[in-house]
Amino acid sequence: MIFAILPGLLLLLTFHYLPLLGNVIAFKDFQPYLGLVDSPWSGLTNFRVLVEGDPYFLNALQNTVVIMLLQILVVFTVPIALALLLDSLISERLKRVVQTVLYLPHFLSWVIVIAIFNELLGGSGPLNSFLRRHDLGTIDIVGNAAVFKELVTGQVLWKEAGWAMILFLAALSRIDPHLYEASSVDGAGKARQLWHITLPGLRSVIVLLLILRLGDALTVGFEQILLQQQAVGLGTSEVLDTYVYNNGVVAGDWGVGAAIGLVKGLIGVVLVLGANKVAHLFGEPGLYQKDPR
Amino acid sequence: MTKALKGALLTLCCALVVVPFLGIVATSVSTREDIVRNGGFVLIPREITFAAYRALLTGGVVPRAVGVSVFITLVGTALSLVATTLLAYGLSRPGSFGHRPVLMLVVAALLFTPGIIPGYLTVSELGLLDTYWAVILPAVVNAFNVVILRAFFMELPSELLESARIDGASDGQTFVRIVLPLSKAVLSVIGLFYAVGYWNAFFSALLYLNDSAKWPVQLVLRTYVVNQTQLGVDQVGTANLPPQEALQMAILVVSIVPILLIYPFVQRHFTKGVLVGAVKG
Repeated sequence: MIFAILPGLLLLLTFHYLPLLGNVIAFKDFQPYLGLVDSPWSGLTNFRVLVEGDPYFLNALQNTVVIMLLQILVVFTVPIALALLLDSLISERLKRVVQTVLYLPHFLSWVIVIAIFNELLGGSGPLNSFLRRHDLGTIDIVGNAAVFKELVTGQVLWKEAGWAMILFLAALSRIDPHLYEASSVDGAGKARQLWHITLPGLRSVIVLLLILRLGDALTVGFEQILLQQQAVGLGTSEVLDTYVYNNGVVAGDWGVGAAIGLVKGLIGVVLVLGANKVAHLFGEPGLYQKDPR
Repeated sequence: MTKALKGALLTLCCALVVVPFLGIVATSVSTREDIVRNGGFVLIPREITFAAYRALLTGGVVPRAVGVSVFITLVGTALSLVATTLLAYGLSRPGSFGHRPVLMLVVAALLFTPGIIPGYLTVSELGLLDTYWAVILPAVVNAFNVVILRAFFMELPSELLESARIDGASDGQTFVRIVLPLSKAVLSVIGLFYAVGYWNAFFSALLYLNDSAKWPVQLVLRTYVVNQTQLGVDQVGTANLPPQEALQMAILVVSIVPILLIYPFVQRHFTKGVLVGAVKG
């Protein structure tokens, strides 16, 4: 058995845990020609940007939080609604076809998704061509800083709503149909059934997904945003991950970039553990429990 | 909600996914006149031409990029499946040496992600910059997939493995003859996840491959479609240039088709409890 796990273990150590150790760069004044080991220590200097309130950093933090809230709002409600809608279909065949179609965008890369959005919503796309033909003016969506956050959220919705629906559908199929029969005998309407049977049946999954999302709370669409940053400028589009990339990798301020990346990662861990604790207090299984095995 | 309204809503949702695809394919096979008449994006072409595909696929940047992407995807997926399956299976048979600490390492890897900069430094210190291994090796073991697969292996009835052992099968024989055949569905889903990940790899390629001769499809797509860099005769295989719109859409189609090809074979397993059961456990 030890030989079986060896290749996987070595790769995990090299490309996951070695970089984790590499986070010491956050406490160093990194000089590329000296290398990581020989670069001088710099204490907490790299973390200064966090405490002193560098305006670019604060801007990135604010954008991150706003986009995250928008996405939690939309990317939780729409898939639940979709799942309810799909679950109420009688024909299994039709259900399968709709699912197949709606899952598909999840497997496309961000480059493809953004190319598609630019093509459809851009100045020469079908939307604006249609509006122009009917003398309705044009809507400036692609490359417009004012609606960038909404656009980004729309893209996430298009790409992930169908995929996010899977877990809700599975949870819906586990709800005991007798509950619906019994409640309708007792005179409950559709709305009351939704509130008292369906939503409570989904609660564990919703809590689980929320906890998982919190772990990535400060991660909002890195590739997605990086690809569109040129067009709209940093003011509205810089988020923490792109800040780390632009300042660390591109501008060569390695230590500061790593320091922010490190703090961001730690906040994610704290949020997951904290949310899991809260979920337990409310009697939900949450993400994990003390492993009985 | 009435039936008609439900039907209309679901049709709309599906149309939002399907119509863009149709438009992309239609534009890629349109003539210059059709594209100009429709303002750049064609839904129903009057005349069909494959000039854009001929130009792209007979030479220039696209065939090379497709070759790179196919190499990364095939080699990466093969390595990933082998390493992930072995690791997950090893961890699903408790009691062996080092079992618990390794399991802890895998689970903790889900929680602690290394960050962009230390990851870059590791790859560069290992001398992997500007090699395809920089894109492949860091992605070979995905802790989430290990956890899913381990949960599946734990569910296999132990009587089955026991009886194989009594019949004289070694650990290796049990694994190859009994465990693997029972795991086809879950392995095909995990294989799809890995393959799609490699095919779609954009940021790791951007970060690690500076030499544009080594670019995979996604970087070509970014340069010529998202950033709208004009394709010239040097970038395609024919002397006369089809319209840019058709070329761009044809690159998009080339990058989407491989996913469309494997997707139908695997997607029926998604809901069969493979994922859902594993996430629950």
